[in-house]
Amino acid sequence: MAILETKGLEKRFGGIVAAHDVSIAIEQGARHALIGPNGAGKTTVINLLTGVLKPTAGTIMLDGRDITALDPHQRVRLGMARTFQINQLFLDLTPLETIGLAVSERLGLGGDWWRLVGSKHEVTEEIVEIAERFRLADVMHVRTATLPYGKQRLLEIALAFACRPRVLLLDEPAAGVPEAERHELLATIAALPAEVTVLLIEHDMDLVFSFADRISVLVNGSLFVDGAPEDVARDPRVRAVYLGEEADA
Amino acid sequence: MAAAGLVRPLDGAVTVMGALADDVSTYLKRRARWSPLEIAFWVFAFATIWLFPGKHLILTETAILALFALSLDLILGYAGIISLGQAAFFGFAGYFAGLVAKYGFIDEPVIALVVSGVAAAALGFLTSFLVLRGSDLTRLMVTLGVSLMLGELANRYSDITGGADGLQGVTIAPILGRFHFDMFGHTGYTYALIVLFVCFVIARRIVYSPFGLSLRAVKGNSLRASAIGIPIKWRLVAIYTASAFFAGIAGALLTQTTAFCSLDVLSLDRSADLLLVLIIGGTGYLYGGLIGAVIYKFLQDWVATLTPQYWQFWIGLVLVVIVLIGRQRFEGWIAGVRGAFAQLGTRQVTRPAALGSAAPDGH
Repeated sequence: MAILETKGLEKRFGGIVAAHDVSIAIEQGARHALIGPNGAGKTTVINLLTGVLKPTAGTIMLDGRDITALDPHQRVRLGMARTFQINQLFLDLTPLETIGLAVSERLGLGGDWWRLVGSKHEVTEEIVEIAERFRLADVMHVRTATLPYGKQRLLEIALAFACRPRVLLLDEPAAGVPEAERHELLATIAALPAEVTVLLIEHDMDLVFSFADRISVLVNGSLFVDGAPEDVARDPRVRAVYLGEEADA
Repeated sequence: MAAAGLVRPLDGAVTVMGALADDVSTYLKRRARWSPLEIAFWVFAFATIWLFPGKHLILTETAILALFALSLDLILGYAGIISLGQAAFFGFAGYFAGLVAKYGFIDEPVIALVVSGVAAAALGFLTSFLVLRGSDLTRLMVTLGVSLMLGELANRYSDITGGADGLQGVTIAPILGRFHFDMFGHTGYTYALIVLFVCFVIARRIVYSPFGLSLRAVKGNSLRASAIGIPIKWRLVAIYTASAFFAGIAGALLTQTTAFCSLDVLSLDRSADLLLVLIIGGTGYLYGGLIGAVIYKFLQDWVATLTPQYWQFWIGLVLVVIVLIGRQRFEGWIAGVRGAFAQLGTRQVTRPAALGSAAPDGH
């Protein structure tokens, strides 16, 4: 059964069509990749899915529920979280505080204005668990702005994971990560729990084909091909518009 | 490995994970601890009751200005909402406190003070929806507009407010039925200082709570804040309402300690002065408004004795100098003060060297 599904999703900015008739179904527990050339509308689709943008037409269903009209934070509460292509972190906070924010919010304690931060045991325990899973335990008290880029990338994912999503949207998680820090990042992504559905947006074909069990190709805002990795790799149209240079090299 | 430093000696029953969680908890809570410098600040503040008995009237004004500036710091320093209309809440509660005292609706000043604050908070809640959207400039305009409208309403309905003559005939009953206000302002100052302290403690509680942390997240990166489930709109409504409450308490305090209320409580000057106070004192560490108010009032008092007519010239000069010294140097100075406040409470802890940059409010 599809946990996340869009029907006829459309987004126009004035005369520009950024997404056209995108109907995509992401199965429960899938490792689904969304690929496409630069400017194909991948990030627009993510922004539509997460509610940063409201679609011009079409619907988005999360676990059978229509979430098209919901605000971003409401979608998070229903179990969908994302990372950003360009780090969107709280630079003045520490990873500890950052993860704590997401955990508190999910447990419904984020509006608590009287108790001190850190006074709830279930919050601190979960912070520790997430910090260890994402290899951040040794930098928990360091101001985020001063973290190495690879660690910031990990925090980016950890923060989305801290929302305990059923669907996790990763927007180019490996973008810009130096070779030396890359392995740690990829290992962490590979180790995400199987029950979490992952939609990966990525440029890096090695990562896409090693990770995904299903691939959708987006070209000029429209869904072009949707299928298993081997079928997508073999599809002549995909080779022509997208994989061309790499496949023929 | 630095993480080893996180693990405290185990006592059998506690798992490593549990110990880590305890450690995280202690670390998070430690930032909210009162530092010796803060304690010294408040001890000195209360000592002024006995140290400067002849200065109680101006000290009362200073305490009220400090509380008022604290209210602006809550939205400006913690939520990034700039306002030129904080006087709306100050003045509204000022008149509210004056009217309830004049007509004897509420005789006891402390209850009247809280009720006036709540009235200002209600006004803050209603107008908060106007400042949710938009840039800093639209927020300046909207907040200014609201206070201008209130000012003219107070002017128009002079049968209620006394108009340009001010609200006459206000008599404030003794506090708790025991402490009478006196003409030297001794009772008034002690009262104002206690109210300032209580409000400060509440504000401090708020900024160190999960709610306060989420405000810093919203200010730091609202896109990400909503992406981790923070309902930005309601957080901003809440802090704006709380800020209006504190501004209202300050306004009511002015009415109660002077037994008078006039149109200037709603004036643009009052809102603008407040920004000056925060520019002098710095934002985002709670003491900015307090320190700024002391410096501002001291300057005003000192310069006014030198040149009674042209004192604002010197205030203006100080402002220009502050800006000319350079934003960076100025911010460095603020960071130094902030760092001192923040770190005094945490210095006992042994931590990796990186901790220095993780001072709670280090911006």
